[in-house]
Amino acid sequence: MSDGAAADDVLRAPLVIEYPFRRTTGPVIGAFLTGLREQVLIGIRGADGRVIVPPVEYDPVTSEDLTELVEVGPAGEVTTWAWVTDPHPKHPLDRPFAWVLVRPDGADTAMLHALDAGSPEAVRTGMRVAPRWRAEREGAITDIECFVPEAGP
Amino acid sequence: MAELTLPASIAGVEPVRSVRTPAHLDYQFTAGEATSRFLRGIAERRILGERCPVCEKVYVPPRGACPTDGVPTAEQVELPHEGTITSFCVVNVAFYGQAMEIPYVSALILLDRSDLPIMHLIQEVAADEVRVGMRVEAVWVPDDELAPTLESIRWFRPTGEADVAVDMPGEGEGTGLGSWPELSPGSGA
Repeated sequence: MSDGAAADDVLRAPLVIEYPFRRTTGPVIGAFLTGLREQVLIGIRGADGRVIVPPVEYDPVTSEDLTELVEVGPAGEVTTWAWVTDPHPKHPLDRPFAWVLVRPDGADTAMLHALDAGSPEAVRTGMRVAPRWRAEREGAITDIECFVPEAGP
Repeated sequence: MAELTLPASIAGVEPVRSVRTPAHLDYQFTAGEATSRFLRGIAERRILGERCPVCEKVYVPPRGACPTDGVPTAEQVELPHEGTITSFCVVNVAFYGQAMEIPYVSALILLDRSDLPIMHLIQEVAADEVRVGMRVEAVWVPDDELAPTLESIRWFRPTGEADVAVDMPGEGEGTGLGSWPELSPGSGA
């Protein structure tokens, strides 16, 4: 279109494409999601004794089957973060928040989630955080609404 | 997979076996100038194609240019509401969001005096009676429901006329079914 008049002549309409996929989890990721529904965080012990969260089915170094699921956290420590000034409609929170990697207590790896902290000044690497659970949980990562700064002593 | 050991907190509960992962894509569809002209015609119960000045083919819905000759299709052609089924598919499998009761037929319909079939539903006939060459006509929504959308045509239904012969797509141009070039041995194809 070369000018505004022509643009006004062109029809437009919303076009929404939706696929209602459901995928099977397998027993290991299934255990992690079962934990979320039950308000616990589940990791798995690797061949070298380190605890990996979320759990993986095979050891990242030796490739052997991993079988020892363990409870971790659910509180933990922020290992790195990025502040989101202008949340997208599909982001987990409708107000500015931080994407954080959280290493739950007892785990040796960190997992990604959102942190509701109010302002970037309130976030720092090493801060203590805990999950805010949804009242209605179905076995999904969104069963944790977000992490929040842990209440002080 | 080896036997898992679970922590006590989840050992006795029903395990999660699957997770919802819906894909939801929000688009804004822009019809373009030629298709907008077509859709405004539909809102007036008219089917408008456009003719290529070089090859004289009539395209419907028009896209504004001839894909073969690369020239604008400036001449508008009002088309009849009858045509011939050139291909069809019987849908027997239920799916999320389906609007029609199964089994139903989706067909390519070559409107008379046009050179490009449109896709639409075939109704008012049993699915197993639909055939290539069947003559069909558009069934429109009531006047007060007419809008610039192909849904203003509810579906097509048989006219009851005798079937007509249908050329295979691309026949005579060396690109269609039944006219693949023969490959010589060792050509690597």
